[in-house]
Amino acid sequence: METQVKVDLTNFRLETRKWLEKNCPMSMRGPVTDAKQLYWGGRNGKFTTEDQKVWFERMLEKKWIVPYWETRYGGGGLSSVQNNILNQEMSRLGCRKPHINFGISMLGPALLKFANEEQKIYYLNQICRGEIRWVQGYSEPNAGSDLANLQTKAEDKGDHFLVTGSKVWTSYGDKGDFIFCLVRTSSESKHTGISFLLIDMKSEGVSTRPIKLISGKSPFTETFFDSVKVPKKNLVGTLNDGWTIAKYLLTHERQMIGGIGETEKKKTLGEVAIKSIGITDGLLSNPSIRSKIANLEMNEKIFELTIQRALDEHKAGNNSGAVSSFFKYYGTELAMQKEELRLEVNGFDSTEWTSEESNNGREARYFCRSKGHSIEGGTHEVQLNIIAKRVLGLPSK
Amino acid sequence: MSLVINEEQNMLKSSAKELLDLKSPISLMRELRDDNYNQFDPDLWKEMVEMGWTALTVPEEYNGLNFGYVGLGQVIEEMGKKLTVSPMISTVLVSTTIVGLSKNEVLKSKLFDEIMSGKKLCTLAHEESSHHNPNIDLSIISNNNDKFILNGKKRFVIDATISDYLIISANSESNGSLELIIIDSKSKGITFNNKVHMDSKIYSDISFNNVEFSKDNFLSTENDGKKILKKALDIACVGLAAEMLGNIQQAFDMTIQYLKEREQFGIKIGSFQALQHRSAIMFGEIELCKSIVLKALQAIDSGDKNLPELASLAKSKLGLTSKLVTNEAVQMHGGIGVTDDADIGFFLKRVRVSQRIFGDSNYHLDRVAKFNSY
Repeated sequence: METQVKVDLTNFRLETRKWLEKNCPMSMRGPVTDAKQLYWGGRNGKFTTEDQKVWFERMLEKKWIVPYWETRYGGGGLSSVQNNILNQEMSRLGCRKPHINFGISMLGPALLKFANEEQKIYYLNQICRGEIRWVQGYSEPNAGSDLANLQTKAEDKGDHFLVTGSKVWTSYGDKGDFIFCLVRTSSESKHTGISFLLIDMKSEGVSTRPIKLISGKSPFTETFFDSVKVPKKNLVGTLNDGWTIAKYLLTHERQMIGGIGETEKKKTLGEVAIKSIGITDGLLSNPSIRSKIANLEMNEKIFELTIQRALDEHKAGNNSGAVSSFFKYYGTELAMQKEELRLEVNGFDSTEWTSEESNNGREARYFCRSKGHSIEGGTHEVQLNIIAKRVLGLPSK
Repeated sequence: MSLVINEEQNMLKSSAKELLDLKSPISLMRELRDDNYNQFDPDLWKEMVEMGWTALTVPEEYNGLNFGYVGLGQVIEEMGKKLTVSPMISTVLVSTTIVGLSKNEVLKSKLFDEIMSGKKLCTLAHEESSHHNPNIDLSIISNNNDKFILNGKKRFVIDATISDYLIISANSESNGSLELIIIDSKSKGITFNNKVHMDSKIYSDISFNNVEFSKDNFLSTENDGKKILKKALDIACVGLAAEMLGNIQQAFDMTIQYLKEREQFGIKIGSFQALQHRSAIMFGEIELCKSIVLKALQAIDSGDKNLPELASLAKSKLGLTSKLVTNEAVQMHGGIGVTDDADIGFFLKRVRVSQRIFGDSNYHLDRVAKFNSY
């Protein structure tokens, strides 16, 4: 029996490998260096190259846009072992993801857990076809770290909700088709009066305004709702119980942000430093920078081991104690330290903002962008509060 | 390999904890210190030997348990939690490792028997200056017909006052190769200058003045002294890191407990965000320490060629984190933390010494940088 399973998996691996080698265009392999190289889908989804379109369509036909969801929801129905094999084979060839969407990484898991069957079939199938670009509406001007203080109101008008208020920090809000929102449906209690609502951004009364960051880029918008009519059937989960969904989703978000530092395999900082600073008697010429790099590298290596240990502990059925808040905190902290140190390593070159040589200030802008890591998805301070209270059991008073 | 300890290793850890809870509470360390810096409790050592701890890393063909270093690491970590006073580091972690790497079969059989049975204690005399250095230049072996003569100076020898044998690193005068020999600690020509250090343990500076020994005393054969020493030092670093991991987990747990009990301004001090955030950061750093210690211990058992780098990562990370955690532990205990009545200061003082043994975090971070070519 067990041998049969092994044989099947080996066959699956070989078939997958063959299929990928044949079907993944060469230009769709190799690391992603620019967000434009990814296809985000949606009503206005545009492919930047013909290969990108071909790659998306082939994967779509194979139902491998979201390979691990059930087939009735539009997924590929792969088991987690098969999905791992597919991932391994894709990274072996360096295949890019055919489609990126917050619907897959964030909303999907929440729908699977909390939505009714009708909603799952409708929305998940759409997501698997890349038809809707999803964005997230959580934070508000007065509800950042204190997210539960949100005030965007959804009034019950019989057959629909009437939504009024505004959201901030909507990632790619100007490009979104649908927004999943936390809205206030009751003012009786802070945490239990929140609901989870899906809103079509084409609806009358929805508008966005870009937020320009210190990096000079605008990946976020403010999103305004001026008496927007939202059908009742767009409510996910129980009325006034949206906070449960929000917490579940935030855990996913933290894991995503915490992992930011390791998506791109670039030159090590040591290699960059030798080129920029030079070498004396086999050692980096500046001993102060050298020891900073060694310290960071030590922590990066050990942090990776800690991610592995947490996964292994989980597999072995143990509770590792290392919670998502810790991974979010530490992962972003390391990523930020690295950007900071990169400036020291590269000297004056690293602060160039608009020159061609600096790829339009790529390094300086990355640095500026990294300052948001310890704020978005729950600030450093909020993560530390969570660890102190939930893991260490320290008292509130 | 999965980065978790298996069932047998976990059982060994639990049984170690059980024994030490009973026979080696932190108060024992205090009692021994107050008994004129007594370095050895024979009853406790007997229990450890009976538990098989001296045989954990000895191969089966020498009647050992062949349990491996992950297992030994669990025991040492538990000892770290109790600040246990015993010859486990000098005799088992360091000396047994060197004996195991030696190709002198006659010595190997004899020494393994004596060590496993608990009859003989043994230590390494290697350092020659105030900073760790794998190379040596003060200790020389000269050759007079079939007699060998050792001259030189060693420093900071752990447990030398209770050891029956000394393993010594020295350069051969004839060909300059680094050799490892083992001699009786009572041999003629050896003088000890014993010094108590901050952790209440005695470290000896030892002079060798025309100490005679024979060909049979060589643990190194065919020029493999340097290789054996290098590997043994890597393993020793990992083992010591395991002890430090035990030290800081205990110091951290005691501190969190204190934050939950102590009241000021009418509320528990653990409710202060200034202390909560620093506690949460320490929690994370200790999680990182657990990962690197286990990974490095596994690397010893699996013969991983990355052991040298992993050993340096372990020793540097534990060096830095033990500094952070013990400083915070004392600070968060407030006034009581700087009194001798409280145990928390013992952890601060122990890790200040163990940070330095076999190289501190500066030494090992420098080595990490070299491994990565910058």
